[in-house]
Amino acid sequence: MVKINGENLDIAGRTLFEYLLDAGYDTGRIAVEKNGDIVPKAAYEKTVFADGDIVEVVSFVGGG
Amino acid sequence: MNNDKLIIGGHEFNSRFILGSGKYSLKLIEAAVKDAGAEIITLAVRRANTKEQENILDYIPKGVTLLPNTSGARDAKEAVRIARLAREMGCGNFVKVEIMRDMKYLLPDNQETIKATEILAGEGFVVMPYMYPDLNVARDLVSAGAAAVMPLASPIGSNKGLATKDFIQILVDEIDLPIIVDAGIGKPSQACEAMEMGAAAIMANTALATAGDLPMMASAFRQGIEAGRKAYLAGLGRVLTRGASASDPLTGFLRD
Repeated sequence: MVKINGENLDIAGRTLFEYLLDAGYDTGRIAVEKNGDIVPKAAYEKTVFADGDIVEVVSFVGGG
Repeated sequence: MNNDKLIIGGHEFNSRFILGSGKYSLKLIEAAVKDAGAEIITLAVRRANTKEQENILDYIPKGVTLLPNTSGARDAKEAVRIARLAREMGCGNFVKVEIMRDMKYLLPDNQETIKATEILAGEGFVVMPYMYPDLNVARDLVSAGAAAVMPLASPIGSNKGLATKDFIQILVDEIDLPIIVDAGIGKPSQACEAMEMGAAAIMANTALATAGDLPMMASAFRQGIEAGRKAYLAGLGRVLTRGASASDPLTGFLRD
């Protein structure tokens, strides 16, 4: 299982890029952290999920 | 006045009004920025949502500097993670460090804020820490590499004004960085007063978001901030401790 934004998903073995595309994220407007480290945009395609990965996908929202 | 620039981390700004973007419609952002005359706008970082295709970045006019905050962070480590994620979105290297453990009063954790400031400044961020106005902490923030210091006027979102006025004045007098009054400023007169005291800029969000007419209030704040700045630069007239001082010539008239 891979935990993405708090949700467990059965996507070990797939790439981050595939996941983001399938889920419908605008990759130009997000940032990704895997196991506490930033994943640079250039590394999305070669980042393969492993069982137990914890991933955060974030974007900007209104705030003070 | 034209040469009166606000300089933060080597970047020059003409406006001294930092605008928040929280708690109001994305559709009002453009008008708010325009009527505020703002050149810096704050943002928050949250888990992305694929269902809402609208992105706040589409609503912010070009040329406005983005100031992501680290809201949601409970310690320095979380603030650093949020700041790195914000920078990864490719919108510059400014960050407002905001760290809270207390969820009732939303008061900043000064000690964790110093730690995060030091780490992020070391990574090349322009760090603008939100803090409780304490001179010793402000000095530590300077040493840690902050580009400005952002003391709170009163609790976030309270619109209660300059509850910490005397302590902000100490920071203005003693700290050699822009002092930007953040949080709690509820009306233009309070923004004006902080600027008269020598604050370098004002950050406001809730005062606008909860106003009847947001863009009009943005414009009113702009005028209050500009008036206060001008008064500060002009130098306020002195206050008598007692007695009076006539404004008219004291020569005799209509009497012997």
